[in-house]
Formats: sequence, structure tokens, C-alpha cells
Amino acid sequence: MASTTTSAARVAALPRATRLEEPPGHGRGGIRTMYPSWFYLPAGALYVVFFAVPTFASFYFALTRWTLFDVEFIGLDNFVQFFQEPQLVQGFVNTFFYGFVTSALKVVLGLALGLLLTSQIIARGYLRSVVFFPVLVSTIGIGITFKVLLDPFGGLVNESLAALGITGPGWLTDPAWALFSVALIDVWKGVGIATLIYIAGLVAIPQEYYEAARVDGATSWQLFRRITLPLVRPATATVVVLSLIGGLRSFELIWATTRGGPGFTSDVIASVIYKQYQAGFYGLSTAGNVVLFVVVTAIMIPVSILLNRKEVDR
Amino acid sequence: MNARNRRAAIAVGATVLATSLAACGGGGGAADGGTVEIEFLTQDGGTSVPLAEAMIEAFQTANPDVVVKLQTQPGGTEGDNLTKTKLSTQEMSDVFTYNSGSLLQALNPDQTLVPLSDQPWVGDLSEDFAQVVSTPNGLYGAPVGTSRVGAVMYNRALYEELGLEVPTSWSEFMANNETIAAEAPDVAPIIQTYGDTWTSQLFVLGDFANVQSADPQWAAEYTAGNRSYAEEPGLAGFRHQQEAFEADLFNEDFPSATFENGLRMLAEGEGAHYPMLTDSISTIQQNNPDAVDDIGVFALPADDAANTAITVWQPNAIYIPSTTEDEKLEAAKRFVTFFNSPEGCAVQSEVLVPGGPFVTSACPAPEDAPPIIADIQEYFDSGATTPALEFLSPIKGPNLENITVAVGSGITSAADGAAQYDEDVRKQAQQLGLEGW
Repeated sequence: MASTTTSAARVAALPRATRLEEPPGHGRGGIRTMYPSWFYLPAGALYVVFFAVPTFASFYFALTRWTLFDVEFIGLDNFVQFFQEPQLVQGFVNTFFYGFVTSALKVVLGLALGLLLTSQIIARGYLRSVVFFPVLVSTIGIGITFKVLLDPFGGLVNESLAALGITGPGWLTDPAWALFSVALIDVWKGVGIATLIYIAGLVAIPQEYYEAARVDGATSWQLFRRITLPLVRPATATVVVLSLIGGLRSFELIWATTRGGPGFTSDVIASVIYKQYQAGFYGLSTAGNVVLFVVVTAIMIPVSILLNRKEVDR
Repeated sequence: MNARNRRAAIAVGATVLATSLAACGGGGGAADGGTVEIEFLTQDGGTSVPLAEAMIEAFQTANPDVVVKLQTQPGGTEGDNLTKTKLSTQEMSDVFTYNSGSLLQALNPDQTLVPLSDQPWVGDLSEDFAQVVSTPNGLYGAPVGTSRVGAVMYNRALYEELGLEVPTSWSEFMANNETIAAEAPDVAPIIQTYGDTWTSQLFVLGDFANVQSADPQWAAEYTAGNRSYAEEPGLAGFRHQQEAFEADLFNEDFPSATFENGLRMLAEGEGAHYPMLTDSISTIQQNNPDAVDDIGVFALPADDAANTAITVWQPNAIYIPSTTEDEKLEAAKRFVTFFNSPEGCAVQSEVLVPGGPFVTSACPAPEDAPPIIADIQEYFDSGATTPALEFLSPIKGPNLENITVAVGSGITSAADGAAQYDEDVRKQAQQLGLEGW
């Protein structure tokens, strides 16, 4: 039992599983590594120059009024200003709405598609590719395409609905619909990854359990509820973590479709920050990025610990 | 890394120079010291690129020793950002076009641009224009194109058909809109195009001349932090936009229509009024050339007809960054001078349909100007003009276009929108380090 759970975990969440299996102390002494340590230097240098230095520099610039030409130290004023932004409250609400809607739909649809695509159906390989295909397309391209498809005047979607006698809403231009429409596009694009993870999780469940349960007279629902669902938990954890992180820092799709509009109705934290940056408020937008960093970390660390702990307890 | 690039660039440059010299030797070309290559950066979209191409061609014919390479970048806030980044990283092209007025001030011209106060064309500039490309330390830009007004462009043919008069007060304007809605149900009384968010700002920005008529100290007091949009007369622009939305006067597809859609609707008579900048007449000339003579313009009306005046935008300008040096600087200055020479003016009049008067006496008014120019000239003749706020004050809040979309779509009330904009403006003033904010 223990070994099967680990193998499922390995398939579903490879990096974490690898870390779990690492013998304690390995690598620290550098005793039995395959390559000399200086092989790490090029990657390490890139990491420091393009990631570590900008990250720490941003903590400083967040405390300044910065025009790119001059820097003036102003303490925490940027953070005060950022939290007074009228769009910010709405941006936060929208971000959480977006993160949770996309994450929940990806779990539900990903699991459903995963079940479908691991069952014995015709053209299974073809269907698997079809579901995965949107993942490979550029997000901006998808945004622009959907903007055309969802245009309330002459767009394919509303024209088709009109043929059925339904008046479609202004998907991306009606303030009540805009954010939800973008979330749906995001799900369409991202569900392929969730499905893939679920397929990996599902095929790792040994058939013996199902056979044994069927012998005991279990119904299909009971099989799903008592065997499948508990045993794909590692996959679910991975999907939730990945799509929640993706949802919380989502930006490109929103920018390509609505630019946070109409007005500020589909603004998320990332687009509020980008607008500050565009406006030339470099210090302020850097402060916003620091806030986003802290918020995402504050949400993801507990979520990730919680999901991992349950897995280990099992 | 930069130094290495520069060294490589010099090596390449030397090779190019050597080859071109060799070519000259063989063909007996005109250049005596080889050719200089300069890079000219302009905004893509609209008529900037055709103008730049025509200008480069004419300039190179007159100056065979200079090669000008055209570069483009997006306009709008994205372009603002690119321009600032390029200037601060010293990667800017040798000559570039950009806005005048408050946006220029945000580039910190004293540090980043070459002063051009000693150039021969400076004396020809109108005082209004010279002011918006200058700091106390010098003048930095030469005009590109004509000035324009931000006002209501309207379909004259439709006005004649319905027997309407040009309105001078807001209530007359609304009465005209009701007549249009009643008698021509297929025609949208007012065109709005929030697919291009910047177009939503005209109700507010174009109303500024009326604000300034009602309170001549407004702009100065506003810069000092003593006036706000949340109070009258500043609020009027927001309030009018809300009223127009609530009266259901906009084209049905206003949330997604684009700037070009709007101009087409106006030209083809599907819409009667379009609050817009008049240099867009060039786009009508390109897409609906037959309609140019049908288009007129009147000032956005104030509540009180006595205050109605027209808001004038100065043209964009052409600048040289301080990173341009030596023979490139000399060539760049010649290129800038060419823009305001008789040949340069001829190119401008040929490529662009003027959206208003030229701001340099070097460029005469074209003879076959469309009727919209006559409409504008009337306001100039009667003195009922005021420069747009962005030329009187360094502050312009960056979020106005999103706020006016929200007001014009009924998402936000005029009062809330104006208050949000005041907050937006406060940030900009602080960023600029102004007193009193």
C-alpha cells in the first residue's frame, strides 16, 4: 500500500516526491555528486543576475519614488498609497474570485475528462491530444481569438446563440460577465494540464482494488467515491496548487481580452500593478509586486503544507 | 557588455563606412566624407508612418550624405513607457517623435534631450507651441503636423437633412440629439467607441476650454492642488458623459466599437456626433475620402452658452536625445530643420489632411483645406480657444480613460468617477514632486 501511494505521488508530483525520497544530508557535503560543483556556476550566475538581484533590488525600489531617472527614498509611502488605490479592493476580490473559480473548475473538469480519457473509448489518443492542445497555444493568441469570437456584434458565439434564438450577453464588455468570461477562457486553456495530471494519477491506481471492490458488489459511484477519489488525492493537490498559483498571478489573458475593463470591473492585482507601471509610477508598481509576492506566498505555503500533510498521514 | 557592443558597433560601422567609401570612389558619388546613418523613431498606427516615410524620402533626396532608418513603436501608455525606458538606458534612436506638453515634461528633458533653442526654425514657431516644448532651460522640439481641436465632429449632411443648427449650449446639444433619435432612428446621436479606451476621454478633456472660461484661474490653481474635478466646473465633463449615457444616445455597440469604427460611422452617417480630436480627419480621408467634405466640428457645449469655447491640442514634436553625438547630431539637427522647411511643409500638407492650423509660420495654410478647418478657424478668429489642460499643467492622471469608460458605461457615477480621477491625479503630482500635494 505504502509503495503504491508513493508511486502515485511520484507520477503526480514528481519534484516533491523526489525531494521526499532524498536521503537526509545528501548533497550538503557534496560527497557523492555526479558532477563537480562548479558545473552549477553558469546556472547559478543566471539565477543570481536575473532572479535574486532583481528580487532584492525590488524591495529597495518599493520604498522609493522612482522615475527611472531619479530615485527618492520615501519610506513606506508607496505601500500606503497602494492600499488606498480605489481599484485595489476590487482587484483583490477579483483575483480571489478568478483564482478560486479557475482552480475549482479545473479540478472538476480535469477529473471528469481524466476519467473519460482513461476509460475504454473510441479515439482515446486523439481525444487526449485535443484536450491538451489549447495548452500549447500562446495565451495572447488565445485572448485575441476569443475577443473576436466573443464580440457581441458579429462574434461567432453570439451569432450561433442567436441562431438558436438566444440573445448572448456582451461576454467581455458587460461588467457583470467580463471577469467570469475570462475565467472560462482560462479554464478552456488550462484544463489540458489538469487532465494530464489526473490521467497520470488515475492510471497509477492498481486495478486490483477495483476488481476486489466489484467482487464485494460495489456500484460505480462507490468505486469512484471510495477508491478513485481518495487515491487521486496527490493529483488533486498538484492541480489545486498549480492552478491557484496560476490564477492568483494571472495577467496575460486578462490583458489580452479586457485590459481590466470595462472600467475596472475585471482588474486583478497583476493588472492594477501593470497599469501603475505603464503610468510611470515605477516605485508604486514595484511596491505592488512586493505585496503580490507576499500575498501569494502567504496563501500558497499553508495550502501546500496542508495538502502535503494529509498525503503523508495517509 | 555594453562597451563590447559599442566596440562591435564601431567595427561594423567602420566596415560599412569603408565599403561605402569604396563605392563612392567607383561611382563618383556626391558625398565627400561618406554617409552618416541616423535612426528615426515614430509611433506606428494612424498617419505617422506614411508621413515619416514621405519625409525621409524627401530629406534623403535633398541630403544624399545622410541615410535615415525608420523605427516604429506603439503609441499610448505603452509607448510612453518604452520612450522612458529607452531614454534612461541610453538606447534611444537619434531622432524621435513624442507628445508635447505634460508628457514631455515627464521625460525630464533637461537631462535627456538636446536643447534646440539656437536652431534657425525656432523663430517661426507660435508662442503657444514654443511654450509646450520648452523648460525654463531651453526649447527641445520642433512641431510635427498641425494643431488640432478636441471637440464634437459631426455629420453636416445629416444636420442639413434634419434642419439642425450647431448647438452652443449643452441643452441645445441634447435637444439636437433627441431630434436625431426621434427623426432618424437608425442614426446613433452620439458615437462612443470604448473598444479603444482612450477615445472615451473627450467628454472630459474636450470640456476643458469651458471650464477655463468659467474660471480663468482653474489650470493654475489645479496645478497648485486647489481645484478638483469633483467640483463644478470641472465636474461638468463627467456629468455630461453620464447624462448622455443615461439618455441612451450612444451607438448600440459602444462597449466594443473601435476608433476606426467610430470614424466610419460618422463618415457614413450612421452616427451624428463623435467627440474626437480633429486630426482624425486624416483617417477619414484614408478610409472614406468622399465623406471628408461632410464632416464639420463644433466645441463641446458648456451648460452656459457664454462659456462655450474650443479646446486646442498642440501638435506632437520631434526631439533629439542627448545620446546623439558628433556627426549624427549634426545630421539629426538637419533632419529636424527639414521638417519645418518649405519642402518639409509641402510633404506634411501632402500626406496629412490638416486637423487645424499649423503652429509654425514656415508652413502656410493649404489652399484646398476641408470645411472642418473653416469651422475651427472661426473659433480662432473669435478668440474662443484654450489649450488643453495637458499643455497648461504638467499633471495628467494616467487612469482617466478607464474612469471615463466606467462613467460612460453607467458602471460609475460622474461624481465617483471625478473623485477617482482626482485621486489618480494626486499620485501623478506626487510622482512629479509638485508643491501642495
